[in-house]
Amino acid sequence: MAVERSLLEVNNLETGFRFGEVYHNAVDGVSLTLKNNEILAIVGESGCGKSTLATSIMGLHDPKNTQIKGEVLYKDLNLLDLNEKLYNRIRGNDIGMIFQDPLGSLNPLMTIFNQISESLEYHSDLNEEQRKERVLELLNQVGIPRPEMIMKAYPHELSGGMRQRVVIAIALANKPPIIIADEPTTALDVTIQAQILDLMVDIQDETGSGIILITHDLGVVAETADRVAVMYAGQVVEEATVEELFANPLHPYTRSLLNSIPHELEADDDELHVIHGTVPSLQKLPRKGCRFAPRIPWIKEEAHEEDPVLHEVSPNHKVRCTCWKHFHFEGEEK
Amino acid sequence: MGFIEVKDLKVHYPIRGGVLNTIQDYVKAVDGINLSIESGKTYGLVGESGSGKTTIGKTIIGLEKATSGDIYYEDQLVTNRARSRQKKYAAYNKDVQMIFQDATSSMNPKKRILDVVAEPMRNYFDYTPEEVKRKVVDLLEIVGMNAEAMYKYPHEFSGGQRQRIGVARAVASDPKLIIADEPTSALDLSVQAQVLNFMRRIQKEYNLSYLFISHDLGVVQHMSDDIAIMHKGRFVEQGSKNAVYNNPQHIYTKRLLSAIPDMDPTTRAAHKVERQRVEAEYDAQETEYYDPDGRVYDLQEFGDNHLVALKPEEPNASLQNEKVKTGGER
Repeated sequence: MAVERSLLEVNNLETGFRFGEVYHNAVDGVSLTLKNNEILAIVGESGCGKSTLATSIMGLHDPKNTQIKGEVLYKDLNLLDLNEKLYNRIRGNDIGMIFQDPLGSLNPLMTIFNQISESLEYHSDLNEEQRKERVLELLNQVGIPRPEMIMKAYPHELSGGMRQRVVIAIALANKPPIIIADEPTTALDVTIQAQILDLMVDIQDETGSGIILITHDLGVVAETADRVAVMYAGQVVEEATVEELFANPLHPYTRSLLNSIPHELEADDDELHVIHGTVPSLQKLPRKGCRFAPRIPWIKEEAHEEDPVLHEVSPNHKVRCTCWKHFHFEGEEK
Repeated sequence: MGFIEVKDLKVHYPIRGGVLNTIQDYVKAVDGINLSIESGKTYGLVGESGSGKTTIGKTIIGLEKATSGDIYYEDQLVTNRARSRQKKYAAYNKDVQMIFQDATSSMNPKKRILDVVAEPMRNYFDYTPEEVKRKVVDLLEIVGMNAEAMYKYPHEFSGGQRQRIGVARAVASDPKLIIADEPTSALDLSVQAQVLNFMRRIQKEYNLSYLFISHDLGVVQHMSDDIAIMHKGRFVEQGSKNAVYNNPQHIYTKRLLSAIPDMDPTTRAAHKVERQRVEAEYDAQETEYYDPDGRVYDLQEFGDNHLVALKPEEPNASLQNEKVKTGGER
């Protein structure tokens, strides 16, 4: 197989929010690549910067209050240099986005047909008849029953799962090579979640597009992703293929997270693993040293790097800082 | 026999319409459930959104009115009496407390934590201000917070801390049963772990019972002794955690369990095949498990501490052996 060119390349991206006169980075030096035909999961807890990363790639930030540095390379273009008009040609056409709350991303006053066709109108020269055909095709693709009827319905007439399917149909309308999905199943019941995830994997198989899947749910990651980047406090702390990450997690944060998943109790006094302390707020975040160090105070200071970078520990597996080599859970021997 | 017995509870909401705004039909949010709560045990109530699980919790504590059915508290009939403010129901009010999903909106933003946590004590006990303060400090300590927290306001805490304060408040009146409605659904994984750990510690210390309402099967499995799976306002399966998780009989339970994401990416393909097989079986066998009106059948004894809502006349064995063809359609 030839060396695949990456579809999207994020280089050293920094997104800072303004607090008075200072900018604090919510995304702090993230570099990622998305390949064709791949689902890249970005996982982390609230406030780690995963959604900010997505909205930065899509150029959805208000330039008055945010400062974005770095590069987002797509087809030899740095998206961050584009003006609003050019960006609008990319959004929806080259990059589709799926948001968490389907009701919030649909217009309550427009029929399903009009919502999907809007994006086609803007990006393609299909006529009314062709657009109708394409909308029907899309609704079939996302598994909506009776598409001719649903086309004329309004969002409030559909169930949560159906609405999310419509949102996915909109994202797919122009066959974008890249899809960014921000917590696409968080608001849904487990059975519906399973259907939507299956749908996304099927679509990805069919179209060969690259998907960036943002989620806090490790189960969703295990079910769908090809590669995973774990984020903590604005940085990627570990990146690996999904099999590698679950079989051989290395960074203390990844290991702690996997350990706090509720499981069946073996003994009566069995307790879930709790990560010491709390996530620091943006303003108080230490910008030097290992950001996870305050949460594992029993690990010696020498174990951490002064300025931690991502190290490639094996092919397809990168870990930030050196503390993972010395890490053990509190009260456990190394 | 449990200290709380719920018998054939029904909560129906009328749907009004037509010219004269007459009652056209009912939404059967809860439609005939039985529950017996023993002390020191945790009862998990699982179901998808709209299945009626929250309504059960709210009806037991008296925030919703039961349409019919009885709730007994230590052999005293207390259905729809919780808000009557009569002295004879005071013990019931004191002994049943609740933890809400959204801790922020369940606390008065203008009250200090001292007053938030002390309110149930002031309602039911005659403590002096010093005693109240000392007890609040004790309670905060149990949920891993220090005494300074007392003089702060709810907005000064993180989501996980607020939920722990919610737990401390629920324990303040020294209750026997705490109804926990999705207590950790809004929390991050590592914070959730902390709240669940505290809840279990408190349970042991006070010999509490929990009615643990959640849509998250993993959390319920972690917390519960007994589990009831709800669908369309009725229990489809009820019994010990082990029986329901490891030997599910009702097709809805199987469907729900197979939809839980698998934490092992290497068995992903097999898990997907199995999930889609169960999904097809669910679609094909709906008439076997639901009556012609789409109602869940009555629960039947299936094994030791294991009840399943199966079709009455059908013998159980034939149901299990029946092979279902997987349809081509989704």
